[in-house]
Amino acid sequence: MIEKIKIPTVAELVANNESPDILFWVGCSGSFDDRAKKITKAIVKILNHCNIKFAVLGTEESCTGDPAKRAGNEFAFMMQAIQNIQLLNGYEIKKIVTGCPHCFNTLKNEYPELGGNFDVVHHTQLINKLIRDGKIKMKDGGTFKGKKITFHDPCYLGRANDVYEAPRNVLEKLDSELAEMKRSKSNGLCCGAGGAQMFKEAEKGNKEINIERTEDALELKPDLIATGCPFCNTMMTDGVKHFEKESEVKVLDVAELIANAADL
Amino acid sequence: MVSIIVFAILLTFTFSFFGWNILKVRSNILMGKSIDRSDRKPERIKTMLLVAFGQKKMFQNLLPAILHFFIYAAFVITSTELLEIIIDGLTGNHRFFANTLGSFYVLVVSTIEVLSVLAFVATIIFLARRNLLKLPRFHMDEMTGWPKLDGNIILYLEILLIFCIFTMNGTDEVMLRESWSHAHLDDSWINALLGDGVKSYGFAVSSHLGPLVFGGLDQSTLEILERVGWWGHLLMVFGFLNYLPYSKHFHILLAFPNTYYSNLNDKGQLTNLSNVKSEVENMFDPNFDPYAAPPEGEAISEPERFGAKDVQDLTWKNLMEAYTCTECGRCSSACPANQTGKKLSPRKIMMDTRDRMVEVGDNRRKHGKDYDDGKSLLGDYISEEELWACTSCNACVQECPVNIDPLSIIIDLRRYLVMEESKVPSELAGMLTNIENNGAPWQFSPSDRLNWANED
Repeated sequence: MIEKIKIPTVAELVANNESPDILFWVGCSGSFDDRAKKITKAIVKILNHCNIKFAVLGTEESCTGDPAKRAGNEFAFMMQAIQNIQLLNGYEIKKIVTGCPHCFNTLKNEYPELGGNFDVVHHTQLINKLIRDGKIKMKDGGTFKGKKITFHDPCYLGRANDVYEAPRNVLEKLDSELAEMKRSKSNGLCCGAGGAQMFKEAEKGNKEINIERTEDALELKPDLIATGCPFCNTMMTDGVKHFEKESEVKVLDVAELIANAADL
Repeated sequence: MVSIIVFAILLTFTFSFFGWNILKVRSNILMGKSIDRSDRKPERIKTMLLVAFGQKKMFQNLLPAILHFFIYAAFVITSTELLEIIIDGLTGNHRFFANTLGSFYVLVVSTIEVLSVLAFVATIIFLARRNLLKLPRFHMDEMTGWPKLDGNIILYLEILLIFCIFTMNGTDEVMLRESWSHAHLDDSWINALLGDGVKSYGFAVSSHLGPLVFGGLDQSTLEILERVGWWGHLLMVFGFLNYLPYSKHFHILLAFPNTYYSNLNDKGQLTNLSNVKSEVENMFDPNFDPYAAPPEGEAISEPERFGAKDVQDLTWKNLMEAYTCTECGRCSSACPANQTGKKLSPRKIMMDTRDRMVEVGDNRRKHGKDYDDGKSLLGDYISEEELWACTSCNACVQECPVNIDPLSIIIDLRRYLVMEESKVPSELAGMLTNIENNGAPWQFSPSDRLNWANED
């Protein structure tokens, strides 16, 4: 039986006259998608392990509006943004960690002009800092020792916000071999899910983008494909399944790898 | 005297026509909506120096970057020679700066010559790459007809120009040796530079190549050849200048302002539409009266369109970018949609924007500001299928060597489609309804948001 994890909501804290040091913005995938929920839990384990006073919005959380904005519906985006900003400002939230690069980008870059000014970090950045501060130690022996890992850059973390090193610094702590795909960092290829593509069939073409990207990864014959985005995770997992490699190649989020390696 | 008059007429015509074209380009760009790029000046200058002047982004691919740099450097340095050509042309002098600058003149012309040789090699390689190697990005659907020809014309012109330069300098060298030259050189600095009694310009390439190729020709042939070289060189430069505004090669000028006015924000940040913002804020404002008369003094303006249907709905920066695009196709070869056979090509987005802008601009000048030709960028040039293939991954933006942003055009066209015409792929319509109804792109109840906390 898994020990019950502690997940405070902002509303609970505020009711006790407290406030979180950092808000964990879970995101829609992290809340509803069965695969992404595991990433969410890994992040929570890390936050709890490091005794970070965090909270989630719980049922008060709502979509940032990213897919609506990218699909061209600025009205739906603006409705979400203005309501979210009211809520966050009402709770006097200052610092946010997100489990999704799309939420990260929208909160960090598109909310300030609308009155939402928060210090927003992606979970790989926070984990990187926690490791650097010595708050997370990998257990002896190294769960992933000698494994070959390749990191797929999420577009909204990498090119969109120039965060390339934080996830890599984290992965280096796993004592495994970090291999770069032929297209990586600023040249990384999209998984195919951004810009609201996650929610529709691809336009007519001769190949699915996630297949093209999975080929990049499988070329390296890795044991693990690491990601930092629930959408990328879905796309890469589907890609690996397409090549019937799911028994050899696992697709895991950076948070899951660390939670696992630190035995949390 | 005749040649001075011919030259003066040519010069006047060249620069008037160029000026007229520049004004036209300017007015076309200014059809776009305003966007503020007057901030962060030091950062802008730095970006321009690095990206345009230093060609930083070109150097991600070393060989083409070096070859391109040869042509670029040759072009920039050769342009300084234009000053002498104009002075010589208007005064009847021959090599006006030779005696004034002395050995520095030899250095400048030698640099031009060495770079011209390098540019010649680069041009030949580029021609081969474009036409023989069949590099995929030069053979996409949008690269047929004029764009293909345009790409080759400039390379042929480049070769012709280099031939003219060496004919001019080479014959002049031979004539100088035979004491037939029109240049009146002071022997003092020549002798100081090259040794007593030497009769030569001492230019790095032509003083060796000239006698080899043109040695032994008689004086009148040499004189004719020298003039052919001089006038040919000049006509090529003047012609090139006026070819630019009609060609993709405009990037050699516009790369500078275009990078200066770059989007300096994080690439992931899309603009927030202020007109949508105020409408949504009014919706949330309990005191807002939608039937209230506008405050006194405020002009009743026509409501602005949401998103972009045509070039006038884009910003002037989008339109400047369309003129700056040199159709290299690095954006399209990095585009995930394009690589997987979808119709989208970011380069085509820029080319379409330019073609449509020129069309609308010409229409406006011909038929007046409000003329409507019944066409638009969206639909007649760019299809919905292209727009919906984009993953907004920013690979095109990242790749562009002159900081063009095709993504912002794609998003603005999507905005028009969705908000003005309600044309949205059905699955996306479902996603949008879900966001509006239950605050998530999928149909889950907000009350289930924390369920994960209690699941194993």
